[in-house]
Amino acid sequence: MRLVTAIVKPFKLDDVKHALETLGVHGLTVSEVQGFGRQKGHTEVYRGAEYTVDFVPKVRVEVLVDDHDAERVVDALITAARTGKIGDGKVWVTPVETLVRVRTGERGADAL
Amino acid sequence: MGINSGDTAWVLASSALVLLMTPGLAFFYGGMVRVKSVLNMLMMNFICLAIVGVLWVLYGYSLTFAPDAKGGLIGDLSNIGLKSTIDQVSTGYPDSAGNYPHAIPVLAFVMFQLMFAIITPALISGAIADRAKFWAWGLFVVLWATLVYFPVAHWVFAFDAVGPDGTTIVAHGGWIANKLGAYDFAGGTAVHINAGSAALALALVLGRRKGWPKERSRPHNVPFVLLGASLLWFGWFGFNAGSSLKADAIAANAFTTTMVATAAGVLGWLLVEQVRDGKPTTVGAASGAVAGLVAITPACAFVNGLGGIVVGIVAGVLCALAVGLKYRFGFDDSLDVVGVHLVGGLVGTLLVGFLATSTTGAGTRDGLLMGGGFDQLRRQAIAAGAVMAYSFVIAFVIGKLIAVTIGFRVSDEDEGAGVDTTEHAESGYELGAVTGVGSAYRPVPLSNEAVDA
Repeated sequence: MRLVTAIVKPFKLDDVKHALETLGVHGLTVSEVQGFGRQKGHTEVYRGAEYTVDFVPKVRVEVLVDDHDAERVVDALITAARTGKIGDGKVWVTPVETLVRVRTGERGADAL
Repeated sequence: MGINSGDTAWVLASSALVLLMTPGLAFFYGGMVRVKSVLNMLMMNFICLAIVGVLWVLYGYSLTFAPDAKGGLIGDLSNIGLKSTIDQVSTGYPDSAGNYPHAIPVLAFVMFQLMFAIITPALISGAIADRAKFWAWGLFVVLWATLVYFPVAHWVFAFDAVGPDGTTIVAHGGWIANKLGAYDFAGGTAVHINAGSAALALALVLGRRKGWPKERSRPHNVPFVLLGASLLWFGWFGFNAGSSLKADAIAANAFTTTMVATAAGVLGWLLVEQVRDGKPTTVGAASGAVAGLVAITPACAFVNGLGGIVVGIVAGVLCALAVGLKYRFGFDDSLDVVGVHLVGGLVGTLLVGFLATSTTGAGTRDGLLMGGGFDQLRRQAIAAGAVMAYSFVIAFVIGKLIAVTIGFRVSDEDEGAGVDTTEHAESGYELGAVTGVGSAYRPVPLSNEAVDA
């Protein structure tokens, strides 16, 4: 099994979800996160005083997939999340040692 | 003596309008602080309704509006506990036949003026956001209202009572209103310069917040700021037009100038932001509205609609520039009470000396630009200076006394944790689902009795 993790622009979440569903992905986990990469934060001005906001809001998408599906999922993710502008995010894949479905106790690919 | 029901209705309605300004101010300020001190900010304002509401009935009204005790400085004790007010009428001025066509119940006047006494100390609270002990603030409100607001409001708002012949003074009032003859229709001096000057004193007494000015806090809820400013604008019609104490042409003019000066204040502030910062902000629009409202307060009945535009735009521009002064001089006036209320109050009070016109019917003297020479400007400057100096000195002394006795400031640790939890054991918002599930709460016995398992 592999864990595909993607950091994407929040407004791209719907496209990403749709693309993964089309591929037959059964579930995913989404969290709101903040950070910075090449796209730095921004400044806000209140009553003439500048405030630097260092972190940019992003969405983290996590998908568990079978080994042979990982590349297709990554491709679908980057196609759906790409705008071509700085700040589009990152996708990475990590190996998963153990996977268990909590309700049934099924293990490995059966738990996907 | 009969009462005028139209005037009475307007004064009672205005009282309720002015009351709404204090919760409005609470949201204006509350939106500007950080998440961990929003409740404390709301409470520092709301407690003024409670404290001053009681003080006013006990002795506040008497010290402010009972006949002058000495030298136009303070009222005597003849209305203590609101003695001799029920069934009495507040007469206003007699007409040529010696009748009082604008008489209203004294209690309507008592309630109208109470709302001013409540919001003035509340204004000060913005200077000491995030770091004050709550009951130290409560004690400050008691002492400052007693030693500063009541006497100063007597100086400015207590007019000599005139007998039916139109000239005999039957009861004396305060020195600024009667001897000096400064024009302050609704409280540029007594409310705004007074509160702004005390705010500067308290900001100095309490000192800077930890990390300020390097660490700055963003307003946590900008919609609150605009909502609060809007409620202030609404209530301010009672503040200014109600100060006529009559439902008459002077009230209508005050209503007009209040409307237009606030509009111009928004434009003035946004103009500065557009030129200096490149973007017009929501906080700036709200602040510009308040700056315009503050500045038109003393002037509202003495200028006309065009004068109101001048007052508003000058206040909007100057206050937008003045809020930067705290960084230059290094005092942490957290929410710019000095930059908006002291500066706006001075702008409005002094502009009366330039723009006052006797054609509005509220005053008999003209300002410098209306052909009246320097006379009125001199009176305005003395009134502004006297209130500013008195309020600053007494507020500083009261603040210091509280600081060295019971302490005015929370510990560094509490300031870091946030005054909402440390002073009130509450938090304003449920942030994040983990703390929201029921099992996170455990019933704790409030008395010695055990909680049933």
